[in-house]
Amino acid sequence: MKLNSIYKAVALSTLLLCSSLQAKAVYVATTAIVEHPALDAVRDGIKEVLNESGYAGDNLKFTYESAQGQPAIAAQIARKMVGDEPDIIVAIATPSAQAAVSASKTIPVVFSAVTDPVGAKLVPTLIQPGSNVTGLSDMVNVKQHLALIKEFLPNLKSVGVPYNPGEANSVSIVTALKAAASEMGIKVVESAAPKSSDVMIATKQLVGKVDAIYCPTDNTIISAFESVVKVGIDSQTPVFAADTGSVERGAVAAVGYDYFDLGRQTGDIVVRILKGEKPGMIDVKMADGTSLFVNTKMAARMGVPVPEAVLARATKVIK
Amino acid sequence: MSVFAFLGTLEIGFIYGLVAIGVYITFRILDFPDLTVDGSFTLGAAVTATLIVAGQNVFFATLLGTLAASCAGLLTAWLNLRFNILHLLASILTMTALYTINLRVMGKPNVALIMEPTILTPFEGMFGLPDMVMKVIFVAIFAVIAALLVAWFLNTQYGLAMRAVGSNKRMAQANGIVVTEKVYIGLALSNGLVGLAGALFAQTNGFADSTMGIGTIVVGLAAVIIGQSLFASRSMWVIALSCIVGSILYRVAVSLALNADFLGFKASDLNLITAVLVALALVFPKLRSEWKAKQAEGNNG
Repeated sequence: MKLNSIYKAVALSTLLLCSSLQAKAVYVATTAIVEHPALDAVRDGIKEVLNESGYAGDNLKFTYESAQGQPAIAAQIARKMVGDEPDIIVAIATPSAQAAVSASKTIPVVFSAVTDPVGAKLVPTLIQPGSNVTGLSDMVNVKQHLALIKEFLPNLKSVGVPYNPGEANSVSIVTALKAAASEMGIKVVESAAPKSSDVMIATKQLVGKVDAIYCPTDNTIISAFESVVKVGIDSQTPVFAADTGSVERGAVAAVGYDYFDLGRQTGDIVVRILKGEKPGMIDVKMADGTSLFVNTKMAARMGVPVPEAVLARATKVIK
Repeated sequence: MSVFAFLGTLEIGFIYGLVAIGVYITFRILDFPDLTVDGSFTLGAAVTATLIVAGQNVFFATLLGTLAASCAGLLTAWLNLRFNILHLLASILTMTALYTINLRVMGKPNVALIMEPTILTPFEGMFGLPDMVMKVIFVAIFAVIAALLVAWFLNTQYGLAMRAVGSNKRMAQANGIVVTEKVYIGLALSNGLVGLAGALFAQTNGFADSTMGIGTIVVGLAAVIIGQSLFASRSMWVIALSCIVGSILYRVAVSLALNADFLGFKASDLNLITAVLVALALVFPKLRSEWKAKQAEGNNG
């Protein structure tokens, strides 16, 4: 019985694929709020995956519009796209995605490079959102970050987080971090730094209480990141970061996003829908960080050995 | 252009028609170049969206959004009149301050309304009209009523006094008109209309965003000038409605530019194409009248 239905599903999707390949070109309409290198890379990644999956040349109509940074134009682009009746709308960044979602309840919409899709009301839930919308979130993947710290320190018991409680973004990262850490049996110790001049003291508060320091993508902490690094060296507590840029400034290691790869992960979702899956049944994907930066010099100065496995995986090693 | 795209063009055109009327009041009636609108558009949207998410009545939220934007206009007028700060600079100061205030009001850079009730919810499915058509009719009614009310107001004794202040401040004062009061009322009215436009935009498009006001003044001014160059008239009724027509034509230009990719244009060329189309719309009536004048000359000679 079950086997039968799977067989049917496969047959149906093959049929759909064949008909879409032969009958007419698939039409993928993409839009972004503004043109900048990261968002352009997302678009190029999507297109590459489509080409690799056999949607290329005459089989694919791929359009791209930029709203020039103006939400009013984003709204106009959304209406135009809906009127053109593409097979899929791909909307890059929050305002473009919101405009597309409010313009169509029927055409599948795949969003990308949106940090908080539930907060932006694009989908009601991340698991099987149920509507015509799904996509990829580039929220900081704290689980992956904790796993990386654990690779360096297999006996990791506690992590210290200096952050500014006034930054909404940091608060949500710390909340997510606490949830992920308790699953892994790790304790999170918070330390508040409302101003960049408080960062040094806030970090010192953590010394002796934690095995490692983890800095979220917090503007206050990042702007005074050197003070965190200094405390890390003085107290031999390794400092990890949520963004790869900070590794060059002295963090031991970080996993981050490569936006071209975000585009490729979005492209995978687009291809699944083109092959017949319903967007409402596809979970919103938390993007996997694929670029790993390691700073071996800082690892040595903070007294932590770099595991061979991490070094082999690293996309950039700073010596 | 598809029907759907055309309806979208009309909808956004009508909403920005309110901005155009507001800009007309400051720039043309009061002769007060007011850049506050870049901030008050977002303020109207931010206040309305935040209140709706907090569970307030949608009409009440829209009203408060409009009033908040009016207050922004009053602030600009106060800086100018009370402290003699140059009008342009006073409005830039308010606009700059509003960026922070908008972020504070929303508590984050973007508030979503996609799944919230909006001012449009009670009218959904009315007379069996599709949502897209209903949205256009709704904003059209708002824009036209606003235009007619503004035209009526400017034709009253009070409105005439306000127009006198704009055309000759000293003369107006000599005739016993209280100049400062007219400027306060004019800026509050203008920014209120712009804030209302922001509130409507947030509700028809499902979000308020801290960047949504950027360039509002440019769009509003372009709409005013397009409208006036097409309908040269001194009647307030015609002028107010021509602001809306100008705004729609501006959106048509954007829409045409969006459809220009078959000519080999790229997505990043959008602003240039829009500017060229608007320039053509402005130049054409002038060229035509020059050509006519030349012909008349030829006939006489």
